[in-house]
Amino acid sequence: MQVTSSVRPPLVTGGKTAHDVTNDICKQIEGKPTKLWFFALTISLLLLSFGVYTLAITWWEGIGVWGLNKTVGWAWDITNFVWWVGIGHAGTLISAILLLFRQKWRTSINRAAEAMTIFAVLCAGSFILMHMGRTWLAHWALPLPNTYGSLWVNFNSPLVWDVFAISTYLSVSLVFWYIGLIPDLATIRERATKPIPRAIYGALSFGWVGSAKHWSRYETVSLILAGLSTPLVLSVHTIVSFDFATSVIPGWHTTIFPPYFVAGAIFSGFAMVLTLMLVTRATFNLQDYITLEHIDSMNKVIMLTGSIVGIAYITEFFIAWYSGVEYEQYAFINRAFGPYSWAYWTMMTCNVISPQLFWFSKIRRNIAATFIISIIVNIGMWFERFVIIVTSLHRDYIPSSWAMFYPTLYDVGDYIFSFGFFFTCFFLFAKFLPVINMAEVKAIIKSSSENVAQKVKH
Amino acid sequence: MAKIQGDFLVGVFDDDDVIMHAIPEIREKGIKIFEVYSPYPIHGVDDVLGIKRSRLTKAAFMFGLTGTILALTMQFWMLGFDWPMNIGGKAHTPFPTFVPVTFELTVLLASFGMVGTFLVVSDLKPYGKPVVFDPRSTDDKFILVVELQKNKMSADEISAVLKQQGAIEVNLKTIA
Repeated sequence: MQVTSSVRPPLVTGGKTAHDVTNDICKQIEGKPTKLWFFALTISLLLLSFGVYTLAITWWEGIGVWGLNKTVGWAWDITNFVWWVGIGHAGTLISAILLLFRQKWRTSINRAAEAMTIFAVLCAGSFILMHMGRTWLAHWALPLPNTYGSLWVNFNSPLVWDVFAISTYLSVSLVFWYIGLIPDLATIRERATKPIPRAIYGALSFGWVGSAKHWSRYETVSLILAGLSTPLVLSVHTIVSFDFATSVIPGWHTTIFPPYFVAGAIFSGFAMVLTLMLVTRATFNLQDYITLEHIDSMNKVIMLTGSIVGIAYITEFFIAWYSGVEYEQYAFINRAFGPYSWAYWTMMTCNVISPQLFWFSKIRRNIAATFIISIIVNIGMWFERFVIIVTSLHRDYIPSSWAMFYPTLYDVGDYIFSFGFFFTCFFLFAKFLPVINMAEVKAIIKSSSENVAQKVKH
Repeated sequence: MAKIQGDFLVGVFDDDDVIMHAIPEIREKGIKIFEVYSPYPIHGVDDVLGIKRSRLTKAAFMFGLTGTILALTMQFWMLGFDWPMNIGGKAHTPFPTFVPVTFELTVLLASFGMVGTFLVVSDLKPYGKPVVFDPRSTDDKFILVVELQKNKMSADEISAVLKQQGAIEVNLKTIA
């Protein structure tokens, strides 16, 4: 048996046994939905329906309804895309990288974080489809035989790389998440008393019985998937950053982009996981599984990645000066002191200053403070992408082309669409699927629960 | 996969360490263990049960290699031979710009190929009825199953051994 040092705080509190884990998590699925859940789902559906309305008009009329102009050709669409993809990095990071690093605290949060990843990547994908304008021709981005002779896609283009990266990331994350769900779905199947849920969860659980041979293969599969997902998750945001970095626009054409984007993605992803988990924890009474210890660890990751992002901002500025390229220098001076300085300083405050508060353990372990900072971080990360995209574009080389970007109702509505979609999916997930990976939590109970901590002490 | 049929003795354990120590003792008595079921993986159980290391890693590698070759062939053929395009006067087939797509397809094929193989070899599918010896094996109990037809000892003798090794209950289950 593995003995955990008494210095390590327990990861499962409240004297829970494996049977309690099953009961506590399955209770949410088997019981009737609460009023609070219906209320939350209604709000999400309202947001979604408003979004579907504006999106329908965007498709019918074309993206001319957005506030884009000849100078600012990318604005909220790509900002939202990068923002959502960034958020979508936390899930796979938690389940893959933390699995390879053998961090046991991942077990309580990986399921919900992975679900969030999938929904966030779907939201990101929706902006890619939207910004194409003629969405029905989206398959032109794929190397499919066509009647133009076949005229193939340009594999030298980062936009084509993006198509491959995002779709691979989405499908591999989906598989990773689902493989993790199978044993838990079998648990729900065995507990189901009514025939319809039993049949549905029975089909979803793929006839899992948990035999030693299956577990042995299952563990191999999880480990290899984690090993494959780790470089994948890093490659995805690297490739997203190539969309900018391989161009010749001052402010975009920098080699620091890949690591800086990846750090920012982890930063915003963890913040979103915290926002969602703190709400889920309170509504489903999961305080014994998602403890202050988990929140503390996640806040430390936010602090670290937030600091990396802060250093990247400063480095960019320094390199702009050091390069001696006056266009590059102007792009950065314009960011900080030009017409969009308010966006720049919002970004700086939210992303660089707010996570520094997490140096204090009192703030890291304060739920209200964590919740507020997690939202501030995501506001900051949205502005980061907005600043990078719009401020680099809006003052073109020729001053007669200089322009500002003003969002329209459809810019806002299409953004609201993604929120509606994201939260609708998340609430449905939270009701019908286990929000905590039961099998993995049970596996750490013997070594990392409160009971053990007490035994070791005495 | 062979159909599960016959009379089985189902030993229920409530601790993974107990069942881990019990398995070699039971095997030493000459009892053939049919299968062990658990709610989460018991580390080291594959060694005591004599389960060979999974070859899925090799499958994953082969699928990944297929992805790499497929991606490189596709890109070189499309842009180098089928329709070479002049893009800014650059080389038709620059290898470095083919790396991202090659990497993504490698990961995609490796993951899907490995998971598909896993589902097929483990006979996991959304239809068909799984044989569950004890529903508690997906909750918090560890189940050790012995097939009576494959063992020379009588049911009572095996049952006594299982109980002696820490099983909290032993049930007889007939599967038609």
